[in-house]
Amino acid sequence: MMNFDYVRPASVADAIAVGSEKGASYLASGTNLLDLMKGGVSRPSRLVDLTRLPGLDRIEHLADGGLRIGALVRNADLAHDAGFARNYPAVAEALLSGASAQLRNAATVGGNLMQRTRCAYFYDAGSACNRRWPGAGCDALNGENRLHAVLGWSEGCIATHPSDFCVPLVALDAIVEIEGKSGRRELPLEALHRLPGETPERETALERGDLIVALRLPAEAQGFAKHARYIKVRERTSYAFAVVSAAASLRIEDGSIREARIALGGVAAKPWRAREAEQVLAGAAPDVAAYREAARAALAGAKPSGDNAFKIELAQRILVRALTLAAAGTPDRIPALPGSPFSSVAGA
Amino acid sequence: MNLPLSLTINGVRREITLDDPRVTLLDLLRERLDLTGTKKGCDRGQCGACTILVDGRRINSCLALAVSHDGAEIVTIEGVGHGGELHPVQAAFIAHDGFQCGFCTPGQIMSGIGLIGEGQAGDDPERVRECMSGNLCRCGAYQGITEAVLEAQSNMTASKQRRSA
Repeated sequence: MMNFDYVRPASVADAIAVGSEKGASYLASGTNLLDLMKGGVSRPSRLVDLTRLPGLDRIEHLADGGLRIGALVRNADLAHDAGFARNYPAVAEALLSGASAQLRNAATVGGNLMQRTRCAYFYDAGSACNRRWPGAGCDALNGENRLHAVLGWSEGCIATHPSDFCVPLVALDAIVEIEGKSGRRELPLEALHRLPGETPERETALERGDLIVALRLPAEAQGFAKHARYIKVRERTSYAFAVVSAAASLRIEDGSIREARIALGGVAAKPWRAREAEQVLAGAAPDVAAYREAARAALAGAKPSGDNAFKIELAQRILVRALTLAAAGTPDRIPALPGSPFSSVAGA
Repeated sequence: MNLPLSLTINGVRREITLDDPRVTLLDLLRERLDLTGTKKGCDRGQCGACTILVDGRRINSCLALAVSHDGAEIVTIEGVGHGGELHPVQAAFIAHDGFQCGFCTPGQIMSGIGLIGEGQAGDDPERVRECMSGNLCRCGAYQGITEAVLEAQSNMTASKQRRSA
């Protein structure tokens, strides 16, 4: 690990002042950043420790019915907050299907959003990677790429964004509050992560010094609480990134779907909102035929980036399953367990 | 760059001055404070051998900068027993053969203690397996580990009820 200066600012304004300098990087828990620094992938010359900044570790209920989650709230604390799990069950389910219990105890909301889009070639200093070294090329294109992107990728980069948390959030129109050199602004979460295009090294819409201070869920996001699921398929039962995942949230009234919110994980360099699928379901009867049509619409623009054509079919099946389970009703206990070969509960 | 920090480790307050900000809690414990019960497996947050409690929560000490944890209260495997008496989770690991080579065991035990404190698993072995998935055991002692955590949890709940009765 390259050496660095360590600073611990006392206020957001001080953090932004030092965080705007060249080579500076913000540190929250560091579960992703320290890993990347140990591998020599990230090489900040200064770490700006955010963990003591006041007021960023709160969950606030807003007068308009929305919810404001401070950027330093820990993943486990948010997921186990009873009110949160009740109102946003798919988000709690996604949080608890990510990483391990130890990492969730440490990792923060802001850090989860800012974790890097990555693949094994990004981690391996001996491989060409445009994201790590702009213009170097991409060894994943002709490498082991069965887990890589099938939507929104370019010849420049085919890696996926690994967050589970962000998938239902993007479907629920979450908003990111940002403080920067020119003051406070906000951005839909959907606009935070960028697709690779010609510049895969530019991962987010943030400018130098920009600091995520909170995440907001609008009031209407609670309207899906009765029919919401996050289903994640992994290569082992627990503690692995998604091969593909799907967040499905439905508002069902008088036997038909009034509104659907759908997003996919593990398929692109960002959490993938599937608005085409949402449109298919608006006003439709909640049945498998409709789910299949929605899933086809969600993946209509997909193409394999390597040995991963199977993900296009798999993502459709997982989305159909997520919609079926969401329509059947949010389970009493959130989060439901991921399906395990040892489980005595069928379809858990 | 001298970085002073104050930590309470297994109940003892320690004033420490670091000469390097890169030192993780894991390296601080093992290399500077001679608390080698906490193990370094992968050093990348993937194996759980380095699990400790920080302010009562289990975390991977390999992915935690020591300097960022100034003021924290830390419990390691050396701090869980009392005198000659084993912690209930330690005793249950012996009773259920929850290990073979023993390298992952301190991390497993600290993770089990953390899990019982979190209260999320109940008496469901499937939930215990899910909640312990951050701790790998290459000998494959998982069955004994799961049984040990379940029994320790049941014993600790029973003794808590006796105390409050």
